[in-house]
Amino acid sequence: MSEQHSEQHHIASPTLYLTIFAALMICTFLTVVAAKIDLNQYFSGLNIIVALTIAVFKASLVVLFFMHAKYSPKRTQLVIIASVFWLAIMLFMTMSDYVSRSWT
Amino acid sequence: MSATPAAVNQMPREHYLNATWGIRSWLLTTDHKRIALLYLASVTFFFFIGGAFATMIRIHLLSPKGLLVTPETYNKLFTMHGVAMIFFFLIPSIPAVLGNFLLPIMIGAKDLAFPKINLLSWYIYLVGGCFVLYSFSTGGLDTGWTFYTPLSSVYSNSAVTPAVLGVFINGFSSILTGLNFIVTVHTMRAPGMTWFRLPLFVWAQYATSIIFILGTPVIAITLLLAGLERVFHLGFFNPALGGDPILFQHLFWFYSHPAVYIMILPAMGVISEIIPTFARKPIFGYSFIAGSSIAIAVIGFFVWAHHMFVTGESTYAALTFSLLSYLVAIPSAVKVFNWTSTLYKGSISYDTPMLYALGFIGLFLIGGLTGLFLACLGLDIHLHDTYFVIAHFHYIMVGGAVMGYVGGLHYWWPKITGKLYPEFLARIAAITLFLGFNLTFFPQFILGYLGMPRRYASYPPEFQVLNVMSTAGASILALGYLLPMIYLTWSMRYGAIAGPNPWPGTGLEWRTPSPPPTENFDVTPEVTWEPYDYDNRPDLGLDVSGAPALAHGDD
Ligand code: HEM
Ligand SMILES: [Cu+2]
Repeated sequence: MSEQHSEQHHIASPTLYLTIFAALMICTFLTVVAAKIDLNQYFSGLNIIVALTIAVFKASLVVLFFMHAKYSPKRTQLVIIASVFWLAIMLFMTMSDYVSRSWT
Repeated sequence: MSATPAAVNQMPREHYLNATWGIRSWLLTTDHKRIALLYLASVTFFFFIGGAFATMIRIHLLSPKGLLVTPETYNKLFTMHGVAMIFFFLIPSIPAVLGNFLLPIMIGAKDLAFPKINLLSWYIYLVGGCFVLYSFSTGGLDTGWTFYTPLSSVYSNSAVTPAVLGVFINGFSSILTGLNFIVTVHTMRAPGMTWFRLPLFVWAQYATSIIFILGTPVIAITLLLAGLERVFHLGFFNPALGGDPILFQHLFWFYSHPAVYIMILPAMGVISEIIPTFARKPIFGYSFIAGSSIAIAVIGFFVWAHHMFVTGESTYAALTFSLLSYLVAIPSAVKVFNWTSTLYKGSISYDTPMLYALGFIGLFLIGGLTGLFLACLGLDIHLHDTYFVIAHFHYIMVGGAVMGYVGGLHYWWPKITGKLYPEFLARIAAITLFLGFNLTFFPQFILGYLGMPRRYASYPPEFQVLNVMSTAGASILALGYLLPMIYLTWSMRYGAIAGPNPWPGTGLEWRTPSPPPTENFDVTPEVTWEPYDYDNRPDLGLDVSGAPALAHGDD
């Protein structure tokens, strides 16, 4: 079964890579700053929410551009989405235990 | 029916076994068939190791106080039994041996998509195996195959670190095999081999590969975390360090429940091949069997916390997981019903592989139904961590998966070696296995129900009779395993020549010489027939003469 994916080998420009790199650096800086501020006083758990949001954003940049997921065939993207979805299942159902421990 | 006249059959002049010679030609081979045989040798080795521990366990339990070893050593025996059998025998057995050998041939390909990665997976398996053997021989392992924290990460005085590293490394071997199978099925099917003409064995391997890829990384990293906690005191699971022990159980079972389907799905694939062959009938409900493999693979990921009903998870989570566990029984039952319907009005012959297949159906049925007992929340409080659980999973893993593996070995042995095994002896062995198995494990259901806990080195005297029965059964079982090992080895040299299609079967693997050439087929086959279509296959030389098969066997 020959499956021709019309995947023109995309060559990303160095400027793009440098921009992404800069974005990652700024996000790292933001993470550190956010960790120093006590956000939990406004909303319990806000510190971790902010840290994780930034981390997810950074990971997406890496996957999309450095790992070329943005230019990959649809099937590769499907595989990536499926694995993230599976991870979500694991986290969601595990959390369902922790969240409901204290219920009576 | 297996009495194909041997005189007309000849061994092919050149085949994959004699194409090249010497130890290098094996250790550096990229031929999927040779790699399958390398795996056959290594999983058999671990089967012996696991079997030796099992023997000691059963001897020890002959008397209520324990005959053989100290309680500490007893902990090591059942742990090392479980680790060797699950991670190094049963998980790789059917995929890496039969799957490796057959998957490319069944879809009409010359090899797997990544032959070198296939060889790499075997070396990774060996490295992982060495780590585990190192652990076994330098202090042993006493955490249970489940490696629960904080026992494994803090308190155990046994060689936990090399063991978790070994299982971690071995995980990559599974992942590579799964990846290879998925890519091969997607990209290398012969002309005419559409998805719904794939043999059901291939569907089962495909579903198994999905679990390999989605689940194995989780167990690998979880065990690594436990190892890091043990060595560097990083707090993941140890409450004293801010961790949570139940988190380990979640992560462990997120893989290890699906892993039980890694063990059973390929065996179900084997059974789906054997039944139509010896019933001489197209399989009943092809697409349902194929679909239920995928359904099992997917739903199997949603039930893991049924192992944690009494270990501290929330009641609401337990309720959810109990309900979901009932769901997974549906696709399993679909398969059983389809196999039995295939038998209906079939022209059944009781050749050895068929004996294994019929045994599988009965034993898997018992194993699966007792799974439902355990998935019932209230009942599990009584049954959890008793011998009932042991009996449940041995009915599935030994009665189901190992029977499927041994049955499959018999079924494809003529293809693998080009020789027939002695049929009469093989039938005796199959029956011995079946009887020995039931005598070993059925008493354990009763023991568990009466309250005998698992993983204890001693038991109250009133349980002795049932334990002695179980040990007696185990010795019959051992005989049942030794017999095939002896006559299968014997047949490689002295067996009658099999010919390309001794049964006969309908799949592509039976359309090439036995043993096949290195390239599998002399010309790339083109598939023009539907799977298991015994009614329209005059080339098989069966006397169907337009009439539906008679209800009676014709041998
Ligand atoms: C048909 C659906 C199945 C259901 C509903 C089911 C349910 C369960 C439940 C609830 C337990 C936990 C019992 C306890 O610890 O108290 C259990 C244990 C177990 N099951 Fe199943 N099971 C099923 C099929 C299987 C299959 C197919 C396999 C293996 C191929 C398997 C292997 C195991 C193992 C290994 C354990 C024990 C693990 C341990 O604690 O060491 N089960 N099963
Ligand atoms: Cu389970």
